[in-house]
Amino acid sequence: MQKNNLEKNLTNFATEPYKYGFSTKIEKETFPVGINEKVIKLLSEKKNEPEFLFKFRLNAYKQWKNNKKPQWAFLNYQDIDYDNIVCYSVPKVKKKLDSLDEIDPELKRTFEKLGIPLNEQKRLANVAVDAVFDSVSITTTFQEDLAKSGVIFCSISEAVKLYPDLIKKYLGTVVPAGDNFFASLNSAVFSDGSFCYIPKNVICPLELSTYFRINDQYSGQFERTLIIAEENSSVSYLEGCTAPQYDNNQLHAAIVELIALENAQIKYSTVQNWYSGDEFGVGGIYNFVTKRGLCLGTNSKISWTQVETGSAVTWKYPSCVLVGKNSKGEFYSVALTNHYQQADTGTKMVHIGKNTRSQIISKGISNAKSKNSYRGLVKINSKATNSRNYSQCDSLLIGNNSQANTFPYIEVQNSTSRVEHEASTSKIGEEQLFYFLQRGICLEDAITLIIGGFCEDVFKELPLEFAAEANQLLSLKLEGSVG
Amino acid sequence: MTNKNILLEINNLHVTVNNNKILKGLNLKIYEGEIHAIMGPNGSGKSTLSKVIVGHPAYTIEEGNILFKGQDVTSLDPEERSHLGLFLAFQYPVEISGVSNEDFLRFAYNAKQKYLKRKEVGPIEFLKIIEDKLRLLDIKSTFLYRNVNEGFSGGEKKRNEILQLALLDSQLSILDETDSGLDIDALKIVADGINKLVNKEKSLILITHYQRLLDYIKPDFVHVMENGTILKTGDITLAKKLEDQGYGWLLPDKTE
Repeated sequence: MQKNNLEKNLTNFATEPYKYGFSTKIEKETFPVGINEKVIKLLSEKKNEPEFLFKFRLNAYKQWKNNKKPQWAFLNYQDIDYDNIVCYSVPKVKKKLDSLDEIDPELKRTFEKLGIPLNEQKRLANVAVDAVFDSVSITTTFQEDLAKSGVIFCSISEAVKLYPDLIKKYLGTVVPAGDNFFASLNSAVFSDGSFCYIPKNVICPLELSTYFRINDQYSGQFERTLIIAEENSSVSYLEGCTAPQYDNNQLHAAIVELIALENAQIKYSTVQNWYSGDEFGVGGIYNFVTKRGLCLGTNSKISWTQVETGSAVTWKYPSCVLVGKNSKGEFYSVALTNHYQQADTGTKMVHIGKNTRSQIISKGISNAKSKNSYRGLVKINSKATNSRNYSQCDSLLIGNNSQANTFPYIEVQNSTSRVEHEASTSKIGEEQLFYFLQRGICLEDAITLIIGGFCEDVFKELPLEFAAEANQLLSLKLEGSVG
Repeated sequence: MTNKNILLEINNLHVTVNNNKILKGLNLKIYEGEIHAIMGPNGSGKSTLSKVIVGHPAYTIEEGNILFKGQDVTSLDPEERSHLGLFLAFQYPVEISGVSNEDFLRFAYNAKQKYLKRKEVGPIEFLKIIEDKLRLLDIKSTFLYRNVNEGFSGGEKKRNEILQLALLDSQLSILDETDSGLDIDALKIVADGINKLVNKEKSLILITHYQRLLDYIKPDFVHVMENGTILKTGDITLAKKLEDQGYGWLLPDKTE
C-alpha cells in the first residue's frame, strides 16, 4: 500500500455514485413559472380549493414577500431564483386511479428501481404507502384497512375536499404561515402532501409510510404534511426520500405539522437520501424544512427520529412545543455529510407546561470537505416548572478537511428545572483504521462498524424495518471506491 | 536447523517516514518455529520495523523487500498480509468506542475465513470458537461485551492482543513491547498465553527493552538494533549481558 492511499481512501470512501440517479420521462402539463398572486390563484383553481384555503395561501404569500431568508445558519449556497420555479407539476393522469395496474408503467418502473414495494409485498409487511410523485399523489393503498379502524390517511388535497373542517381547524396552527421565510413560501404554494387523522382511543394498526420523490428538474417541491392524534391515540409515521441525479439545484421547502392531544403519541421517522451533488459540489437538492410537533394534551408525546444522508444543503430543525402537562418531546438524529454537503440541523424543545421532559440525541458524521452543524434550542418557560431536558451531541470527523460544529442555545426561566448538555467530537483516525486492517478487516467493514456503533443510540429508535433500511443506506454511502 | 522453511526474509530494507531515514539496509531471516528477540535503544527503529512488516501506510519503503513464506509482500495491503499470517500485537492498542470486542473479533475471524474460502460463522457459532480461546488464555467472557480496548487497563489491552493472536492463528507474530506497562503478575499471565500458542510451525518476534520477558519466553536468537540496522546477533546470553552492561559497549563511541 502506498503512503497516502489510506488517507485518500478515507476521504473517498463514501463517493459511490448516487444509486438513484435517473429521471423518469413522463409528460407534464405546463404551468406558469414564478411565484405570484396569479400563479397562486391558478394553483388554487386547478385544485378546486375552497375559499378559506385560497385566502390562507394569499396571506402566506404576502408574509413571504415581507419575510427575509434566514442568514444565521452555518450554510453557504447560491441564491435561489424564485422567478424560475414551477410550483406545480402533475403527471398527465386523466382520471383518478383505483388500482396499481392502472398506473403509468414508466412510473411503476421508477418506483421499482427505487425499491418501493408499492404492492402486495408492502401489504404483507404491514405498511400502507402514500406515494407522492412530484406534486400529486398517484395512489394510496390500504385505505380500506385503515378505514376500518377509523384512521384517515390520504393526500392533503383529498383531505381538503373530504375533511375541510379538520383542515380549517388545524392547518397552520403549529407552523403559522408567517413563521419563517420557507414556511411562508410553502404555505403560499404547497401542492400536495399527506394527511393523517387518528381518532380518539385508536392505536393505528399499520405503520404509515410516505415516499417523496422529486422528479422535475426545475420544480420546487412544496410538500405539506399534517398529522393529528386525538386523545389516547397513537401512530408511527415513516417518511423516506430519494431523488434523481441532476446538475441543477432543486429547492425543497416542506412543512410537517404534528398535533398530539391528551395521552396521544406520535412517532415520526425519516430516512432522507436526496441527491447531494457530485464530488465537486455541483448540483444537489436544497432542503429547507420546517417540522414541528405540538404536544397539546396532558401526557402527550412526540418523537422525531431522522437519518439525514442526502441534499447539498440541509436546513432542518424538527421541534417539539410542549404545552400539555407532563408531555414529552424526543429528537434522535443521524446526519451524514460528504463531499461539499452542508447540513445545519438540530431541534427546538420549547417547554411551556409543567413537568415537561425532552431528550435530544444527535450524531453528526462529516467526511471529505463537508460541513455538519448541530443547532439546538432548549427553552424552558417560567411556568414550565420541574421540567427536564437532556441533550447529547456527538460528532465524528473523517479525514482532515471536514467540519463539525455544535451550537446549543439554552434558555431557562425557572429555578426548578434541569437542563443537561453533553457534547463530544471524535475522529476516525488512521491508527484506528490500521488496527482493523492489521486484523484483516477491510476498510469498508471497519468504517461500517465504527459508524454503526456511533449511531446505535439513534438506530434503535427507528421502527425495525426502517432501522435495517437506515443501516443499508449508510453502508451504501460508504461502499465503493475503496481499496 | 536443517530442513526448516524460511518464514520471513527481509533484504536490505530502507524505510523513511516524513523523509526521515529510519531503517537503513536491514536484513533478517526467520525460520519456522523460531523465536527472535529484538532489543536496542530507543529510536533505533524497532517499532518501525514491526509496522513496516505488517504494511503500515505511514512508512515508505525506498529500497529492499520483505518475503513472507516465499512471497514478496512488500507492496501488499495490510489486510492481505494479515490473511497470509502476519500479526502485530501493538505497543499501544487503540480504543474503538461503539464497537464491541465481540463484533470486532468476529469480523476479523470471518475476514480470514472468507480469505481461506471457508464458511463465515454467525454470532452463536462464533461464541463457541471464542470461548475456547478465552478458556485457553484464562480471560473472562465479559471481555467480549466491552468496546474494543475502551477503558481497558494496560494489562487488559495486552491480553486482548494475545486473544486476537490466538483467534487468528497467525504464523508469524510480532509482539511490540508487549511487556511494557505490565506488572510482574500480568507479565506472567501474558507470557503463559503466548507460550501456549507457539509451536513448530509458528514463529515470534519479541520486541522488548527488558530481559525479564525473555525469562518467560525463551528466544532462539537475540538481535540488537541500532540506527536502523541489526548491529549484533547472539543468543540469550547477549540479552543477559545487555541487562547487566547496557548498550554502551556495543555502540560506536560517541565521544570521539
